[in-house]
Amino acid sequence: MEPPLRLIAGNPLDQLARTLEALLVVASAPLPVEELAAAADDDPARVEAALGLVAERYREGRSGVVLEHVAGGWAFRASREAAVACARLFERPAQRNLSPAAMETLAIVAYLGPCSRPDIARIRGVAADSAVAGLVERGLIAEAGRDDAAGAIRYRTTPLFERVFGLESLSQLPRLDDLGTDAEEIRGRLDAVAEKRTA
Amino acid sequence: MIVRELDLDLDAFEGPFDLLLTLVLKDELDLRELDVAGIVLAFLERLAEREELDLEACGEFLVLIAALLELKARGLFPDEAAELADLEPEAAAEELARRLAEYRRMKDAAAWLRERLASEGDRFFRLGPAPLAAKVETPLAPQDPEQLARVIRLLAVEPPQVSLEHMALRFPPVLQFLERFRAVLRRRSRFDFDGEVGRLPRIEQAVAFLALLELRRSGEIRIDQAAPFAPIRVARAREENSNRDERTVAWNLRSA
Repeated sequence: MEPPLRLIAGNPLDQLARTLEALLVVASAPLPVEELAAAADDDPARVEAALGLVAERYREGRSGVVLEHVAGGWAFRASREAAVACARLFERPAQRNLSPAAMETLAIVAYLGPCSRPDIARIRGVAADSAVAGLVERGLIAEAGRDDAAGAIRYRTTPLFERVFGLESLSQLPRLDDLGTDAEEIRGRLDAVAEKRTA
Repeated sequence: MIVRELDLDLDAFEGPFDLLLTLVLKDELDLRELDVAGIVLAFLERLAEREELDLEACGEFLVLIAALLELKARGLFPDEAAELADLEPEAAAEELARRLAEYRRMKDAAAWLRERLASEGDRFFRLGPAPLAAKVETPLAPQDPEQLARVIRLLAVEPPQVSLEHMALRFPPVLQFLERFRAVLRRRSRFDFDGEVGRLPRIEQAVAFLALLELRRSGEIRIDQAAPFAPIRVARAREENSNRDERTVAWNLRSA
């Protein structure tokens, strides 16, 4: 069967699409397809096809409400063209106001999490206690069990983190190998400095 | 240039270097929270402002900052400090380079996140508690229905009536004092109010005073008092008034 992606009267998926719209309106967190399928009491494959219809109906430039795939699920958000108006209605969310220390800590948790505060301190060279507490309070990271060896609390990023940063999942982060400078290169630079000093 | 007076403006501390050292030595400031590079930068900036190199200041600063760094390193890596010390210089440099590279990658990742956040700043969405989250149910220990019934029965018992009798004020009727004063004035032309009611309870004295005012209003008596708190002297009014006022008083009489 061809997946019917155009909205036409009498489309067999239209009823399901309307149900999905309703579910997405009452939800305040992104809903994965399985959860939508369970709530709509329908087949996940049909739900995905119907989501295609809804996404077409609510897309940037066509509607003030936009359906997006974010944080492993589907959610409505305001269209970007309404951002200025939305900004007038709301204060700047605390999640968007992050210090450099908080941003580095967040990056470490996103890439290496679940990881503990000592893990973070080892990489940054500065204790991470206040940065971690701030991120927890903002809901961007959350506790995820304890370290087996030392018993320190470990942290991971939350779905809210993915949502705020507009990520479908953590796999959308750039590969760690593509970031920063190679250890070899740093080693070379260290050696160069040492040679200059002895010369 | 005096190193100890170097002004610092760091995340964890603001003030002169001297105070920072004092706080660190007294354990009132956690060295792990301190950005040592910030202190070095502040010192270098101060140094750059001067034309000549102050060797003494530089030497002092180096000693202080090295001590600080060592303290901080011990605080941050209590176990690993020993590990690194055991390494050969070559291996230690390798390890240092590896760690620097790791930190560098995280710094870049943070920069990527910051850019991402800036580009996603115009995405607004509803933030709230997840309505689909499982409801937290507080588990209750097993309860004995009999005991619950006993407790409820205790609560259901009608509480005993509390007597408020002692709180009620009883006033003798004003009429009683009107008649008493009239009787006195029939025998004598004047009397002393205190002398007449002084031995009565306070509340009765007050009612007696009301009766006095009532008699004064109807013109039956004259009242004199030389000064505030002086004895009140009551005298019979002129005869011609008394008959006429008898009726007025009659309907004014009320129990207080």
